[in-house]
Amino acid sequence: MLDALSADEWRAVELSLRVSLWATLVSLPLGIFVAYALARWSFWGRQILNGLVHLPLILPPVVTGYLLLLTFGRKGFVGQYLDQWFGIVFAFRWTGAALAASVMAFPLMVRAIRLAVEAVDPKLEEAASTLGAPRLWVFATVTLPLILPGIIAGAILAFAKAMGEFGATITFVSNIPGQTQTLPSAIYAFLQVPGGEPQAFRLVLVSIAVAMAALLLSEWLSRAVARRIAGG
Amino acid sequence: MTLSVSLGHRFGGFSLDVDFEAPSGVTALFGRSGSGKSTVVNAVAGLLRPDRGRIVIDGTIVLDTAAGIALPPHRRRMGYVFQDGRLFPHLTVRQNLLYGRWFAPRTAGVELPRIVDLLGIGALLERRPGGLSGGEKQRVAIGRAILSNPRLLLMDEPLAALDEARKAEILPYLERLRDELGLPILYVSHSVAEVARLATTVVLLEAGRVVAAGPAAAVLADPGTAPVVGLRETGAVIAARLAGQDDDGLSRFETGGGPLWLSRVAAPLGAVLRLRILAQDVMLAVERPKGISALNVLGGLVEDIRIGEGPGAMVRVRVGEELLLARITRRSVGVLGLAPGKPVFAVLKAVSVAEENVGGAG
Repeated sequence: MLDALSADEWRAVELSLRVSLWATLVSLPLGIFVAYALARWSFWGRQILNGLVHLPLILPPVVTGYLLLLTFGRKGFVGQYLDQWFGIVFAFRWTGAALAASVMAFPLMVRAIRLAVEAVDPKLEEAASTLGAPRLWVFATVTLPLILPGIIAGAILAFAKAMGEFGATITFVSNIPGQTQTLPSAIYAFLQVPGGEPQAFRLVLVSIAVAMAALLLSEWLSRAVARRIAGG
Repeated sequence: MTLSVSLGHRFGGFSLDVDFEAPSGVTALFGRSGSGKSTVVNAVAGLLRPDRGRIVIDGTIVLDTAAGIALPPHRRRMGYVFQDGRLFPHLTVRQNLLYGRWFAPRTAGVELPRIVDLLGIGALLERRPGGLSGGEKQRVAIGRAILSNPRLLLMDEPLAALDEARKAEILPYLERLRDELGLPILYVSHSVAEVARLATTVVLLEAGRVVAAGPAAAVLADPGTAPVVGLRETGAVIAARLAGQDDDGLSRFETGGGPLWLSRVAAPLGAVLRLRILAQDVMLAVERPKGISALNVLGGLVEDIRIGEGPGAMVRVRVGEELLLARITRRSVGVLGLAPGKPVFAVLKAVSVAEENVGGAG
């Protein structure tokens, strides 16, 4: 099966994994923060933040991609300054694909972690504070370990979503082999050329395998962590 | 150490307005559910921000709303034992016990082996809270709070979630804490039996107000506390030294009011115990009764009489250095011509002091 993939196909697989991994890892701290804030704090604009986080789930992906282009494109109102000041460019780069993937996967990640935070009894955090622990320490030693299964589930869900992201990615960073051509984009491209179907099919199999592996891994990790927490 | 508390708080239709001082020893905040006990403790711990208040412990102001001071819980150093334990499920018993050590001042303090020994939890150290019984969890929670080296231990009905057998298992540990560590404790309870066994000072709360406060023996022997405590539960607490074990299954005690025989109490000779004598178990006579099965007849003077709303009356009798309460009828008060200053004999059956009403000294 591995030999069956051409260099181009391999590049798409490798790119997809890289894009998804970075999209997941970089958005994870923000995801935990937003999930915690939504679950625990009452502040002005909480519902607005909640709506914004969930928007990519409901909007057509092409709209999200276009909005990203307007914002982070070379002429975008954030992108032009990132380029001028820091030399960071998202447009038509794999980093842009990672950005699109993380935005699209963010709601799934936040939902999973938020559920886990809501399941942690705030009374445990109170108890920790009466033992002398400052808030950040309470979070690191009580809340974080208890929501770990939720974080893992959220991260893997986000990874799987990022692997499959197509609409926003192709709109934002196009479909450049080796640069922004992820698995779904590659499948799409192969389907556009006559005789490309066998190649597309091989990549479909790869997609299925990666998705299944991610799901199984998440199940296994969550259960292992939950067992460690609840163990007698 | 002294804790002084002055609080005012309003929520829903309830208003709390309390003012009290807690000296060293165990100060029991006693009252029915809904009297505001937990609110007070949570305010002391810093988990609740009262509308108005000032809390000072050993000269350190932890709360002063007028001056805009309100230390967060983690800077107050108040060990808190919750009703529901609240052990960290992902940590072992040992890690739970040592959780507060990171922040406790390094000076002196109690060491893990001593607390483990005192609470009898040596066999549990490597286990996780999920597999512990209710009584074991509560003992670990107590140890965890003590090991954070607090200025004061707050206990909010630490036994309420346990059955009678578990309560009986933990009470002796609490007595040992009180007697051996000298750590001041603010103990919330709605159980007179617990308060009578543990408290050195009692603060009686009703509907958010302090109705009585002072040394435990005095407050519990105040006829006026009966309506708050409940008539059947009202009773005085006296200190008694175990002086002998008789062959026929009785224990002989020496009290400030004379000798007392009770059903066998298992304790070393010479031990000073607290006996809670329920008011409804005490009879009064104006002459020394003869030909009577009750073994204990103590001579004393009537100090105070409180006529109840029903047919009953509560009479406080001074017997030597001790105070007893007797619950009798208004009719008897009239027939016997009882009045403050009148000599009486208090009659108590040997079998009427139940085992749970005999506790260690303090």
